[in-house]
Amino acid sequence: MAKSKPKLAVWKFASCDGCQLSILDLEDELLALTGEVEIAQFLEATRAVSEGPYDLSLVEGSITTAHDAERIKMVRQQSKMLVTIGACATSGGIQALRNFRDINDFVAAVYARPDYIDTLATSTPIAEHVAVDFELRGCPVNKHQLLEVVTAFLFGRKPMVAGHSVCMECKMRGNVCVTVAHGTPCLGPVTQAGCGAICPAYDRGCYGCYGPQDTPAMPAMSKVLEAHEMKGRDIQRILRTFNAHAAPFREESQRHDAADDQG
Amino acid sequence: MSTDLALQIGEHALLARAEFGKLIDALRGQGYAVIGPTLQGGAIVYSEISGESELPVGWTDEQEAGTYRLKRREDEALFGYVAGAQSWRPFLFQPRRTLWRAKGSAADFAIDPDVRETPRFAFLGMRACELKAVSIQDRVFMDGIHPDADYSARRDAAFFIAVNCARAGATCFCVSMDAGPRAEAGYDLALTEIIGEGRHDFLLEVGSPRGAVIASLLSLRAAGDGDAAEAEAIVERTAQSMGRVLQTEGLKSLLQENLEHPQWDDVAERCLSCGNCTFACPTCFCHTDEDVTDLDGQAAERHQRWDSCFSLDFSYIRGGSVRPGIASRYRQWMTHKLANWIDQFGESGCVGCGRCITWCPAGIDITAEAAAIRASIEKD
Ligand code: SF4
Ligand code: SF4
Ligand code: SF4
Repeated sequence: MAKSKPKLAVWKFASCDGCQLSILDLEDELLALTGEVEIAQFLEATRAVSEGPYDLSLVEGSITTAHDAERIKMVRQQSKMLVTIGACATSGGIQALRNFRDINDFVAAVYARPDYIDTLATSTPIAEHVAVDFELRGCPVNKHQLLEVVTAFLFGRKPMVAGHSVCMECKMRGNVCVTVAHGTPCLGPVTQAGCGAICPAYDRGCYGCYGPQDTPAMPAMSKVLEAHEMKGRDIQRILRTFNAHAAPFREESQRHDAADDQG
Repeated sequence: MSTDLALQIGEHALLARAEFGKLIDALRGQGYAVIGPTLQGGAIVYSEISGESELPVGWTDEQEAGTYRLKRREDEALFGYVAGAQSWRPFLFQPRRTLWRAKGSAADFAIDPDVRETPRFAFLGMRACELKAVSIQDRVFMDGIHPDADYSARRDAAFFIAVNCARAGATCFCVSMDAGPRAEAGYDLALTEIIGEGRHDFLLEVGSPRGAVIASLLSLRAAGDGDAAEAEAIVERTAQSMGRVLQTEGLKSLLQENLEHPQWDDVAERCLSCGNCTFACPTCFCHTDEDVTDLDGQAAERHQRWDSCFSLDFSYIRGGSVRPGIASRYRQWMTHKLANWIDQFGESGCVGCGRCITWCPAGIDITAEAAAIRASIEKD
């Protein structure tokens, strides 16, 4: 008797589609994936949709509208396992910059007819709305980690995704530390690994696109950035990029508000 | 052209700078992959070389807590820098490797131990502290009931060319740890670079039968008493100019009896828990295993990678991590290196190379932290 294949659904909320593209980017493994799971819903790839419930839902994007705040509940109800993928879904994304200002000012500045726009005042991660089984970080996610998470869920095992700093990846890769050897400010010490330490490998400081590591030492990080000639306002800016709403980055960026006012 | 000098273990001779390239050629000719100092990413990085032109001729480094800069020297020294950014550790204890693969079938499964050909490395330019660090890792990986096969094979195949330090860096304290600056044992060949008054030579000492074989392939000339004395003086000057000191007397009990000292909280305010110190340290041996499967569940692999006591998962047991806070992690690192290692392996886990000080982005200094605890206790 043929066992029915687990159903995989991919959902999009407020996002750029980059993480969904990481799924399509799995070129070599995509065929094997479709052999093991039924792709029941993945509008980025196919219009064919099959009904829930789903065994595994991958959710990209943040919640920015009242409609989406309801829709994610429907997704949760229909999903045995729900995994959020990417900076938007796990921390609110770059669009969470709105959380630090008055949304009406943005709407008025950007749109010719602000009255057409119906949006929430904040961009928030999925986990602030429904229970999430696993959060996969990155902007966008790393396709190998994504495959590992899907495989792990297929077998009910723990995904091998580390929560430690980017620094450890740098050292394992043989990168020379850009802060120590060049004086370049870098968020690697407070950022979660997973990217393979790409930016430092090309002599750039880490921008924190994987969000905070499991125990980020934010005030100590600010001191190191300041020692490398970053001003309070710039520290606030670098913390407010892809994961601006992630609590450790958000709270530390707010500590630099005073500097911002003077800046 | 080989020499008539047939050197025995413990004997020395002079290798002229002009003949130095032949040492690399001889090693390569004997099938070794020569790993030596190179300039990469703004630092001295140990990496495979094919000839002397890849060496950092005329370069040196300036190291301080949290900073490292390359500088030009006034001379053309080959080994005029101090300790490289990373030690030789990644070549013997790999950052990542596959331990085994398994293939499943309906009835059974088979394990493939993923045995690969062992690389034969010749490490050119090992500092005394680095040699000592290897001997410390040997004890960890090779002395137990379950020696690590990969480490042991790489270690046994490796050829060590030590270079006695002609200069100490500002973060060096090997003298405190009795680990340098002269390479005392464990090398196949040892070199002391002698530059000055129109000369540029290396005093070459043979440390093993393998070393004697390589020496026999070189053009050497007899060394006079003056050469040996000059080499001795160079190392002695280095010993007198250590950038840091760690007072080791009573250090083990000082740390073990002060596990609740306020200094741990003080350092926790500065420490990033990034783990750079543990991955730059030549003696840290911690690693973790990760099991992965492929999509159809028919193949599995066990991977091993470096791990650090600065990660939260490191101390995870049922119910949570034993060391959730940074104070307890820094304490684990420092008490393990300087105190508990002695209980575990009969010697200190620190060789005074200074890497954890230089490569800490926050510039935290293990010697200063130890001194702060000592000072507060002696004051009471
Ligand atoms: S503890 Fe620091 S100084 Fe000591 S061996 Fe390790 S890296 Fe070198
Ligand atoms: S200091 Fe930490 S990482 Fe290094 S060997 Fe000890 S426990 Fe392991
Ligand atoms: S002591 Fe320095 S290198 Fe080590 S974890 Fe703390 S901040 Fe990182």
